[in-house]
Amino acid sequence: MLDKNGIAKRIAQEVKDGYYVNLGIGIPTLVANFVRDDISVEFQSENGVLGMGPFPFEGDEDADIINAGKQTITTLPGASFFDSATSFSMIRGQHVDLTILGAMEVAENGDIANWKIPGKMVKGMGGAMDLVSSAEHIIVAMMHTNRAGQSKLLKNCSLPLTGVKCVKKIVTNMAVLEVGPKGFILLERAPGVSVEEIKAVTEGNLIINGNIPEMKMS
Amino acid sequence: MIRKTVPSVEEALKGVKEGMTFMLGGFGLCGIPEKAIAELVRLGVKDITCISNNAGVDDFGLGLLLQKHQIKKMISSYVGENDEFERQMLSGELEVELTPQGTLAEKCRAAQGGFPAFFTPAGYGTEVAEGKETREFNGKMYVLEEAFKADFAFVKAWKGDEAGNLIFKGTARNFNPCMCGAAKVTVAEVEELHPAGSLDPNQIHVPGIFVQRIFQGEGYEKRIEQRTVRKRD
Repeated sequence: MLDKNGIAKRIAQEVKDGYYVNLGIGIPTLVANFVRDDISVEFQSENGVLGMGPFPFEGDEDADIINAGKQTITTLPGASFFDSATSFSMIRGQHVDLTILGAMEVAENGDIANWKIPGKMVKGMGGAMDLVSSAEHIIVAMMHTNRAGQSKLLKNCSLPLTGVKCVKKIVTNMAVLEVGPKGFILLERAPGVSVEEIKAVTEGNLIINGNIPEMKMS
Repeated sequence: MIRKTVPSVEEALKGVKEGMTFMLGGFGLCGIPEKAIAELVRLGVKDITCISNNAGVDDFGLGLLLQKHQIKKMISSYVGENDEFERQMLSGELEVELTPQGTLAEKCRAAQGGFPAFFTPAGYGTEVAEGKETREFNGKMYVLEEAFKADFAFVKAWKGDEAGNLIFKGTARNFNPCMCGAAKVTVAEVEELHPAGSLDPNQIHVPGIFVQRIFQGEGYEKRIEQRTVRKRD
């Protein structure tokens, strides 16, 4: 079973040379820490920066330079700043290659819910609806089950949707899965996790083709 | 040169009335028009509709207007980090229209550029698209979203000049340029107001034609919401 850093580490293997990548809040933010340093990647934050770097050193924080999580950040050589409409032109126009975001629920047809729990949580969708409706490659980073131990990979989402039929790949603490025409295709198991254990906590249709390899985490 | 400077924030907000719709730049607390917000609090104008990506925090930004119950309706993409906001929304005192962030930006830009509406894929198949026209283009579904209509746009820039030209700093740019010229009157507040001719025309982010009034604000607080740092080795 992986922890949050493990999930981020596995997703980092999906980041290819030359990619512009948008990282959501939470586990996705950690992905930047594990991307190989022999490839060229630029991170976009939808509040208006491309070429995001690490957090500033103590004392160097600048209130005018933040990411979409409102955290103080730095920029790397080659970075640029732009307005919000331009930022979403990069996203809607599919100039950003990969979107990595969290989810509360994913359905076997690729529907995703991650912005609202009716009567409980009303924070808003931020840029998530724009991101999932436009990105060519979307990877969801999440735990396989919720706090109550129930599956987050469902036949149908029960929460209000963020986007329809858009998720292509999911990396959880237990598995790597792809969304196919008939449901979740199991691609890899997390170290020490069996197919049976994954099956037990996947409510949506799980497709198992032959031997499922263990993730390579090196 | 057409001069846009006004001597004070009081002068800049002349004509602001109860029941109006305002656009306010900023992302979180970054790049918000601090001086215009303070003046709106002082004026006490009520029943206002605010178009702003976020709603501030309890004691800063738009949170100051919420405390005084001046806001009737918020149009935003993300409103976490604000307990008073949540209380007013759940009690029904405050009307809230949640809009995808890219759609929010484009509804501003459309108003600025004279487009009545546009199609976007964001929100298709979700409750955001309910009651809206949808259409298929090249096999993909889109939602028709209309341009905003607003009475005033309040924006904050780093540098400006007497002609109303603006330059922004870092990610404090965000929604500010999209809102310039997107309302009947655009009021820009700047940290540094320069004489015409002293800013390089090649470096202007927003041309002065989109700005009606400009003034210099003093003593910006620029509060940081999430101070994240790493240790020096």
